[in-house]
Amino acid sequence: MKPPLLTVQGLVKHFPLKKDVFGRGGGTVRAVDGLHFHVFAGETLGVVGESGCGKSTTARLLMHLIAPTAGEVVFDGRAVGSRDLPLKDYHRQVQMVFQDSYASLNPRLTIEDSVAFGPRVHGVGAREAVERARGLLAKVGLEPARFAERYPHELSGGQRQRVNIARALALAPRVVILDEAVSALDKSVEAQVLNLLLDLKDEFGLTYVFISHDLNVVRYISDRVMVMYLGEVAEIGDAERLFEAPRHPYTAALLSSMPSMDPDRRTERAPLAGDPPNPIDPPAGCRFHPRCPRAEAVCAQRVPARPAGGDGVACLMFEAGSGHAAAPARAA
Amino acid sequence: MPMSAAAAAPAVPVPPPRSRGYWAGVGLRFVKDPVALGASAVLLVLLVLALFGPWLAPADPFKSSMLGRLQPIGSEGFPLGSDELGRDMLSRLMVGARLSLFMGITPVVLAFVIGTTIGLVAGYAGGLVNSAIMRTVDVFYAFPSVLLAIALSGALGAGIGNALLSLTIVFVPPIARVAESVTTQVRTRDYVEAARASGAGAFAIVRVHVLGNVLGPIFVYATGLIAVSMILASGLSFLGLGVKPPEPEWGLMLNTLRTAIYVQPWVAALPGAMIFVTSIAFNLLSDSLRNAMDVK
Repeated sequence: MKPPLLTVQGLVKHFPLKKDVFGRGGGTVRAVDGLHFHVFAGETLGVVGESGCGKSTTARLLMHLIAPTAGEVVFDGRAVGSRDLPLKDYHRQVQMVFQDSYASLNPRLTIEDSVAFGPRVHGVGAREAVERARGLLAKVGLEPARFAERYPHELSGGQRQRVNIARALALAPRVVILDEAVSALDKSVEAQVLNLLLDLKDEFGLTYVFISHDLNVVRYISDRVMVMYLGEVAEIGDAERLFEAPRHPYTAALLSSMPSMDPDRRTERAPLAGDPPNPIDPPAGCRFHPRCPRAEAVCAQRVPARPAGGDGVACLMFEAGSGHAAAPARAA
Repeated sequence: MPMSAAAAAPAVPVPPPRSRGYWAGVGLRFVKDPVALGASAVLLVLLVLALFGPWLAPADPFKSSMLGRLQPIGSEGFPLGSDELGRDMLSRLMVGARLSLFMGITPVVLAFVIGTTIGLVAGYAGGLVNSAIMRTVDVFYAFPSVLLAIALSGALGAGIGNALLSLTIVFVPPIARVAESVTTQVRTRDYVEAARASGAGAFAIVRVHVLGNVLGPIFVYATGLIAVSMILASGLSFLGLGVKPPEPEWGLMLNTLRTAIYVQPWVAALPGAMIFVTSIAFNLLSDSLRNAMDVK
């Protein structure tokens, strides 16, 4: 197998909570707690999970917008932020599209200036940067003659997200992280933007990390999917395999909450009940066990092994000799 | 035929909307606001007086006359009366506009530059740098502004330069605080994050993405301070810490005329009226600016 383009090794982000004047409180929010995964060149890795499971924190960590508490991101064999790969060089190759199309554009800049800012920072001349920006606006379906000199508030949500995509592409990156990039759009516009993303991926040979809570969208666009639960990887694997035969009970519960158009595939299992536990004080053992329909006593004590490699699941049911009734016997 | 007219309407080719910049929109809203126009008109008159007062004044503002002291408003040769040395009030008020406005605006302009810089650095850097800078600023905040201005002027010694300096010091903390709070808000916006994600350095981000979004609110706040500055400057002159006689300046005139308050109350109140009108005009202007700049 090819070496991965982007490798995440033991990424941890804890946000300390402020203590009050009496020294009470404190503690930490374990937003991301030990992530391991690879992104291979040319693929789309979908990242799904409930609100608060650390998807956006993962995106920000991948972009190095926030410093990780522990762990590192390795890009193309070089650790990000090290002398081999300074952040400025890394940011030329990995870009991000944010969820809020309006908030992620400077209201005081015309959209061509917003798109041209990145190249300008990397030493491209003013005229050339604007030319490149206009070229990219055309690529994302915004006719430069009509749109280039407009301000963000004069565009629709879908148009603004196209601008954000153009901006992310302005540095000719190899990886684009899409953090809920289509979630705030109308369904029809969402489909257009998704197809645009697929076209751009082919044209520029991009690799996507596609973060979303919308399982249908993730299934449509992803080659592989990573399911996150409370800052950890619950399951990761090929998209078709994962959607057809989920292994982790959490993945299964998520999928059963998906509305289906097919009456023969009506939801039968009860979708997930309750809210995810507080990431300040996650449950012991398997983090999913309080909500898991197949939990046994061992699940409250034993932490399942983290999935390593391209396909895996963090569940005691699939761990040989874990003590769970459904677990395969320990290999002889 | 209203029906066919309505049906024909969409057929007319709509020219693509010409893109208006942010400031063009602000200007348009500002011009449509009668209060803004009124305040601007008053300030324009004052500006003309400040620039051309000495040439427009009907009489010499320094020429005293022992016989024409404390004449009432409307008396022969003194349309607005005369002061305790028999100098023409109208001329002195007109010529006094220059010094009074200068004393009002200069400290605010200086404090705007200094305070914005301090606030931007504190707000963008955040964390410990922010705490260090803003707690230092808070020390100045602890004093009432009038008291601080008087204390500084007193310590530095009387004179226009020192009065300006002390007023500037008085206005830096509030402007720095506004600048800091706006910058802190803007710093966490997604477009600043996106700029960081493009690998831009702090200086480029502040120049391109932060400055344009924080100057507006700070500017509005500073405009409001001009009125305060004028009143404080007048107060310093009144106490003998600012402008020295015989220079015509409204605060100083108010001071020297206070002995005449029982003899010619209307004449004695005129410099105060000028200060009042000017500060109201600046306040209204600042309000209108804020309204015009409030998009959504």
